[in-house]
Amino acid sequence: MDRTLPGDRAELLDVRGLTKVFGTLKACDNVDLRIGKGEIHALLGENGAGKSTLVKMLFGSLEPNGGEIRWKGAPVRIGSPNAARKLGIGMVFQHFSLFEALTAAENIALSLDDDTPIHTIAAKAKALSYSYGLPLDPFSLVGDLSVGERQRIEIIRCLLQTPELIILDEPTSVLTPQEADKLFETLERLRSEGKSILYISHRLEEVKRMCDAATVMRHGKVVDHCDPRKETAASLARMMVGNDIHAVVRPAVEGIAEAKVLLEIRDLSRPPATPFSIPLRHIRLDVRAGEVIGIAGVAGNGQGEFFEAVSGEALQNDPGAIRIAGTDCGRLKISARRKLGAAFVPEERLGHGAAPRMTLSENLLLSRHATDARAYVGAMGVIKAGAIQSAAQRIIKMMDVRKSAVDPEAASLSGGNLQKFIVGRELDRQPRVMVVNQPTWGVDAGAAARIRQSLIELARAGSAVLVISQDLDELFEISDQIAVMHNGELSMPIPAAEATLEKIGLLMGGAEPGHVDHTPEIA
Amino acid sequence: MRLELVKRPQHSALFSALSPFIALGLTLVAGAIMFSLLGKNPVEALYYYFIDPLRETWSLHELAVKAAPLILIAVGLSVCYLSNNWNIGAEGQYIAGAVLGSSIPVLLPGFQSWIVLPLMLILGMAGGAAYGSIPAWLKVRFNTNEILTSLMLVYVAQLFNDWLVRGPWRNPQGFSFPGTVRFHEYAVLPEIWPEAGRANWGFVFALVAALLLWFMMSRTLKGFEVRVLGQSPRAGRFAGFSSGRMVFFAFMVSGALAGLAGISEVSGAVGHLNEKLSIGYGFTAIIVAFLGRLNPLGVVAAGLVLALTYLGGEAAQISIGVSDKAVRAFQGMLLFFVLACDTLIHYRIRFVGARAARAGEAAQNV
Repeated sequence: MDRTLPGDRAELLDVRGLTKVFGTLKACDNVDLRIGKGEIHALLGENGAGKSTLVKMLFGSLEPNGGEIRWKGAPVRIGSPNAARKLGIGMVFQHFSLFEALTAAENIALSLDDDTPIHTIAAKAKALSYSYGLPLDPFSLVGDLSVGERQRIEIIRCLLQTPELIILDEPTSVLTPQEADKLFETLERLRSEGKSILYISHRLEEVKRMCDAATVMRHGKVVDHCDPRKETAASLARMMVGNDIHAVVRPAVEGIAEAKVLLEIRDLSRPPATPFSIPLRHIRLDVRAGEVIGIAGVAGNGQGEFFEAVSGEALQNDPGAIRIAGTDCGRLKISARRKLGAAFVPEERLGHGAAPRMTLSENLLLSRHATDARAYVGAMGVIKAGAIQSAAQRIIKMMDVRKSAVDPEAASLSGGNLQKFIVGRELDRQPRVMVVNQPTWGVDAGAAARIRQSLIELARAGSAVLVISQDLDELFEISDQIAVMHNGELSMPIPAAEATLEKIGLLMGGAEPGHVDHTPEIA
Repeated sequence: MRLELVKRPQHSALFSALSPFIALGLTLVAGAIMFSLLGKNPVEALYYYFIDPLRETWSLHELAVKAAPLILIAVGLSVCYLSNNWNIGAEGQYIAGAVLGSSIPVLLPGFQSWIVLPLMLILGMAGGAAYGSIPAWLKVRFNTNEILTSLMLVYVAQLFNDWLVRGPWRNPQGFSFPGTVRFHEYAVLPEIWPEAGRANWGFVFALVAALLLWFMMSRTLKGFEVRVLGQSPRAGRFAGFSSGRMVFFAFMVSGALAGLAGISEVSGAVGHLNEKLSIGYGFTAIIVAFLGRLNPLGVVAAGLVLALTYLGGEAAQISIGVSDKAVRAFQGMLLFFVLACDTLIHYRIRFVGARAARAGEAAQNV
């Protein structure tokens, strides 16, 4: 796979045959990667393809088992993140490592080795942030900042160390489309200054738009080096997944306005449960039989709190705040709501939707012991293991769950396969109301398409489906209407035909419904 | 050379079964070393500890007498620990059960009927359960740490019992020795086979309790609830189980069984309530529960092993003059090795040779 760099850029980083083995799994197998000076290089791949492992080796937090890393032509050994920073490699993580109770400047100071006084750092950070078009008040508390602003702190912190190579791990996954645009401008600017960027993403449109070169990984191996501008999104996806993904089909619905409302939310409010959680404010929503309603929103705007309130893990004082199939259930617990025909899939798979160290059949019993008591639980509470085992195998077959044993522990499955099982566990009941939080978060493209299609089919068979997701592409693919959650408030749902990326993006940034001309302040 | 722990993808069924035996083996080796350091012949010492008590029928009965309270308490604790409730206060619940159960023969000596004994046993269980519900209530209501509260309540119970048997409940004909009157015949737990030895029905209670709880934990929805809430509370809440109610359930089940052990000990082996009631069964039962892998049937086997260390300790003290502190050391080593060997269930050991490590280092420096 030896090839010259496009154009005549000087070579900055050259990785040859890098390998990392965890037990029997080759997370990175003989990986080559070359990045030139002043290049934005995309690293593409599905979850579990080995991107994070590769990047961790480049940043010195993992030691490779074999292969070599050359930096500006000379072989180097990167033993720690500190060594990486000294070489000139900086990294912005997907999950921020910031202290919410400290100011931006204090957070930056924590990561610097020298004891520069805090006001010098603040002044430097401020100057740097304005010069890159990322305005930031260094004295604001992190807890008060939006996710986009927090990301700026991470970027500024990284830039202060004047790196030559900046690694960005899925930077846009937490941003509104407008915030993402702003980030792209910054990246362009960095490129024009001769800095190199390794950009990890699975959003193909972004990669096509910005990146000069791309390395595609699958199952720990590099499958191709290409120029993303010469590829189509479909051809890039094919490289990542290895085969063509079936497009999700969403048949039109007729007469939805007359259909019965199966999930009714009336003036749902909830005070914050912890100092850093979001209060819910006067949420109203109707989900009718036959339709899929999507709830968009940047992470941490009350989606988790909303899911808990709807599922009954957190109860309401007002019984009428939530009605399922015409029954007031604000004060009913989750099992009672399930018995009314509702089903729930939480965001977190391990430890919330499933008990990690229990088998799949036990995890089937987890959410269905109340609704299917007659089939699964006999006299004196004795569990009917045979009936549960055969139901679990039926679901595994229906959803095409790939696994290593007949009835493995939940934690041993890959994220996508476990999610297929968890969604299948609920679909198997044919619920009348289905509420799903992040149905395909961290799930590979093939499994995601299958889950999405099954949600649409459930709705078209006469159920009400509510999907909470941060993935706008997903919501546009499956929803009949899209509402946006921002700071604990929910906008009016917009019919899918009228919803545009821009409209939804503005609502995600906090624009009031009906005041669409008011651009959100990104300051 | 160095050792690396590598996480297994699934827990190993082989080492789940094997780890208590490895621990037992390591304890024997360490014990042998301890005895040689004390200047005793290790083979002889281990013989008196682990073989000698098994040679006579009467001493097998003694084994059952010691094992009964250990097993009763430990099966209850295993439910507690599986539900992630750390009840360290079984000793206190044991005393509470013994005291409340004893109240009938002590306070109403004239009440003599066949119903006295069943009432005492029920009161014993009620006393233990009630005492166990105190740390449960504190945990649910105030979010206090149950390890601390349940442990501190042990000392309260010990001192309360001490005060009772020296004060208001003291036997007036007891020559000022602390202790209540001897229980009348209707208040004594009978021996199973009086001709052969002292083993009483407490041992039968222990086996029945172990079987019942084994069935509950492995076959019923309640057992499933215990395990789910213990392993991942959030998934348990998602399943619709209440963690607050589980705290009460676990503490009251283990409290009731500890209480039953207490009243069985007093009305069976001892015959009256005295100041020497608390001899640490409630703490040793913690080792029993873990050595038995928190499985009620495993607990039966583990209870017998720990009972053997008590008897063996006495035998070794008499025959070769080892201090009775050696028993404690043995039990401590056993718990240490059990917990250490449990690592093997989720991890496997990889030996990294010095040469291989150097070669890897060199490759990265090229």
